[in-house]
Amino acid sequence: MKSELFSRNVPGSLEVLQRATVAVAGCGGLGSNAAVALVRSGVGRLILADFDRVAKSNLNRQHYFLEDVGKTKVTALAAHLRRINPGVNLTLHPVKLTPANIHQFFAAADILIEAFDRGESKIWLVESWSRQYPDRPVIVGSGLSGIGHTGELRVEKSGRIFVCGDQKNGEERGLSAARVGLVAHMQANTALALLINPEGESI
Amino acid sequence: MILVNNRDRVEYMPGMTVRDLLEQLGYTYTLITVTVNDTLVPREEYDEFTIQDGARVGVFHLAHGG
Repeated sequence: MKSELFSRNVPGSLEVLQRATVAVAGCGGLGSNAAVALVRSGVGRLILADFDRVAKSNLNRQHYFLEDVGKTKVTALAAHLRRINPGVNLTLHPVKLTPANIHQFFAAADILIEAFDRGESKIWLVESWSRQYPDRPVIVGSGLSGIGHTGELRVEKSGRIFVCGDQKNGEERGLSAARVGLVAHMQANTALALLINPEGESI
Repeated sequence: MILVNNRDRVEYMPGMTVRDLLEQLGYTYTLITVTVNDTLVPREEYDEFTIQDGARVGVFHLAHGG
């Protein structure tokens, strides 16, 4: 079954991706959609962390369904990911992450996808990760609100830090599934490119 | 000369700190993260961390939303 599941994959990518572990910090609009893309692409193991539960207001952009409302996001997301690939290895942490505990949960990860909601949290996560794992990439989502302006979305990098989005404030513009999904998939695409080519020449 | 985000060139001044550079660039956002020569500078070090001539600096805005 597995060979058919991934038969349309990028040639040569599956062997590398099956051995990879990606941590996803936050399973909202960025994290849930990025996780789906990573599993469909053949990433072998995900570590998912989010303390929150699914609310109805999440469904306009996050990869959940009406019947998930009230469940912890990591539990609901894991069920969806296993319906895509029952063989995916998932580690679930329904916890609130802090600078002091990320090592406890993410030590095994090759790459971190930062998918928090608040900018302040994004900053401490990037700082803590970079201090503890200076050689491991962190892929940040920043600036995803509104509709349109597709060409303003980009990936900027410095060292092992990669920032996806338009880097603009815009909470008042609201959130749409299309633009949130674009940034989530930019993060997933960047993670896949780095797993296949760690030097990052093809991000 | 200091290169910012692979785009902007800022004249080097001896003793220039990360804070000085951010002020010169006119960054008003509080939610930023900064790298110097590809290494992250923690925000509590912005006032003391001095930038060398020829450094490559990255300034990223980490906006709310996820």
